[in-house]
Amino acid sequence: MQIDWWHITTSGEGKDNWTKQAQLFTKQHPNVSIKITILENQAFKNKLATVMQSGSPPDVFQSWGGGVLGEYARAGLVKDITADLQQNGWGDSFLQGPLDLYKIDGKYYGVPWQAGMVGFWYNKELFDKAGIKQLPTTWDELLDVVKQLKAAGITPIALGEKDSWTGAFWWEYLALRVGGKEAFEKAYNRQGSFADEPFVEAGRLLKQLVDLKPFQTGFLGASYSDHQALMANEKAAMELMGQWALIVDSGLAKKPEEFEKKLDWFPFPEVKGGAGKPTDALGGADGFAIGKDAPPETIDFVRFLTRPELQKQMGATGLASLPTVKAAASSVKQPALRKIQQALSKATYYQLYYDQFLPPATGAAVNDNTQRLFAGTASPEDVAKAIEQVAATELG
Amino acid sequence: MSSGATKSAVAYGVRARSIRWSKLLVVLGFLVPPAVIYIWLVLLPMAQAVFYSLYRWNGLGPLQHFVGLGNYELILRDRVFISALGHNLIIVALSICIQLPLALALALLLRGGVPGRAAFRMIFFLPYVLSEVVTGVIWSFIYNPQNGLMNALLGAVIPGFKPIGWLGDPGIVLYALFVVITWKYFGLHFILYTAGLQDIPSELEEAAEIDGASTWQKLRYVTIPLLGRTIRLSVFLSVLGSLQIFDLIWVMTTGGPVNASETMATYLYKFGFQRFAIGYGSAVAVVLFVICLAFAIFYQRQIMSRDYS
Repeated sequence: MQIDWWHITTSGEGKDNWTKQAQLFTKQHPNVSIKITILENQAFKNKLATVMQSGSPPDVFQSWGGGVLGEYARAGLVKDITADLQQNGWGDSFLQGPLDLYKIDGKYYGVPWQAGMVGFWYNKELFDKAGIKQLPTTWDELLDVVKQLKAAGITPIALGEKDSWTGAFWWEYLALRVGGKEAFEKAYNRQGSFADEPFVEAGRLLKQLVDLKPFQTGFLGASYSDHQALMANEKAAMELMGQWALIVDSGLAKKPEEFEKKLDWFPFPEVKGGAGKPTDALGGADGFAIGKDAPPETIDFVRFLTRPELQKQMGATGLASLPTVKAAASSVKQPALRKIQQALSKATYYQLYYDQFLPPATGAAVNDNTQRLFAGTASPEDVAKAIEQVAATELG
Repeated sequence: MSSGATKSAVAYGVRARSIRWSKLLVVLGFLVPPAVIYIWLVLLPMAQAVFYSLYRWNGLGPLQHFVGLGNYELILRDRVFISALGHNLIIVALSICIQLPLALALALLLRGGVPGRAAFRMIFFLPYVLSEVVTGVIWSFIYNPQNGLMNALLGAVIPGFKPIGWLGDPGIVLYALFVVITWKYFGLHFILYTAGLQDIPSELEEAAEIDGASTWQKLRYVTIPLLGRTIRLSVFLSVLGSLQIFDLIWVMTTGGPVNASETMATYLYKFGFQRFAIGYGSAVAVVLFVICLAFAIFYQRQIMSRDYS
């Protein structure tokens, strides 16, 4: 009996932890063997798409829920585990918000193991060097911080825009701040459109940032791995990235523990006059989805991976930046992660990354078109219109 | 005697037919397995692709949404596809104008009499032996704006040099990729020309020398025309390869940034498979196939026909 597990934790303690868990499980269940396939984020998305289209999904695999999982669910490629969740209170052990990302048309197809949100990870030392005394709370203040860093000869922002989802975060947050929950929901439910004013304004504000040239040389050709390396080598002062960045960047640093202490976090600033609230959060919950052909032991394995003791452990060590199991909520000790946890608990609205929430072609259109804003090859209006064009064909 | 002759004539006829029959079996025995494989793995998938191209389909579940030639219409109107086609044509033109003459020049330089030419030939051929993925990864490191060899070298040699984002600048990324393509593939053409040059009888060139031809005249009127068949083959391979190029581009830039290094093959993958639009991707594949086939037929008929009579 073999369980095929695909995950994307390519390095460091996170990777070792998963391997150890698999070994522990097989010791307890000698008739089961677990085959782990580890892929980098983008490579994983590519490879998963291929096996999905050939109809043979892995038994357990990384998922972010939302519309992409929805596509798989509607095609019958993932297993409905609603009944399993009701056994032994497994479903109740999770925080409702993250768990609901895995609910499609009333049924559950996966469970979350890490919740989080996107925010600014910054190098305290480099900020001190540039003489930045206060963290920015508005968009204009952020632009000032960027100018200060540039004046001090420090690359303000690390960005691996070859993997265009990294840059899309900027646009998505600005759209969230300017248009709020209403703008997105209207566009998604087709009562409005992605070419509406909030999305265009998001592009205009982003252009203000891009015009300051705050990124490293050649950022358009840099992958997310290059971006991580830049932060780990302290060649850039900050990045707008998900909660995983703390562990992932530190894992690449020459002296991980030292580097981890240099990082701190602040939330995305507010945009004055925007309809969105500064407490609205863009983020996601990493989770496990279960393939349609998974053997019954797979459910036990996933229960094992989300058991409260493990979640507490992962919360304490930062491997699950924010645990999704209620019992583990207080285990988070790392100060920066506690900040995220507080921000998340106060979140007035939780927006899942566009390229996971929206169906695949629309998500890809968001990533591709926002890249054009970073390259300066399209205007904010064109970008919004291009996204709307694809959304109209896919969403109706 | 006559009945004996008749008998032996009949016997001969029977034996002749059984010889023909067993020959036929041998021929079939060798032909059928590859034919089956070819039909099953090449022709059938092609037919499938044409079939899928008539639908809008996300690859999961049954084919439901028939759109006829709708996908093809979308392709021809998509400016990203048109620019991808343009990039392919640029690579074709650059290959013919730069890569092939470079290979030819080196092949000519390393003809008989040059010491260590076997070693040189091996060195020039070596990049061709590397896989496209390994080449892409190595050159991604070389082109890395922060720590790469290219910027480091240029910075050491040119005063006041500012690091360039080779793969990050939409204006130069295609040409940066072309350098890698040339580095990788010129070895093949180099070997082809070297072999072709060896086929030229030296008496012809010596005769031209005796008649007073200069080195350049000898080259132009004797050597290159005699190399014609090889050159025509080399151009054929180069054009087809340039039209279909995928791996190197995908590994280094995935067709970016902002589609600046997109080729028809990367476009196919991105806008087809990655976006779960299998019908559309199949249509792009069919278009790419038709372009290559049209070129191949035209080139074979018009230009290479005299090489094979």
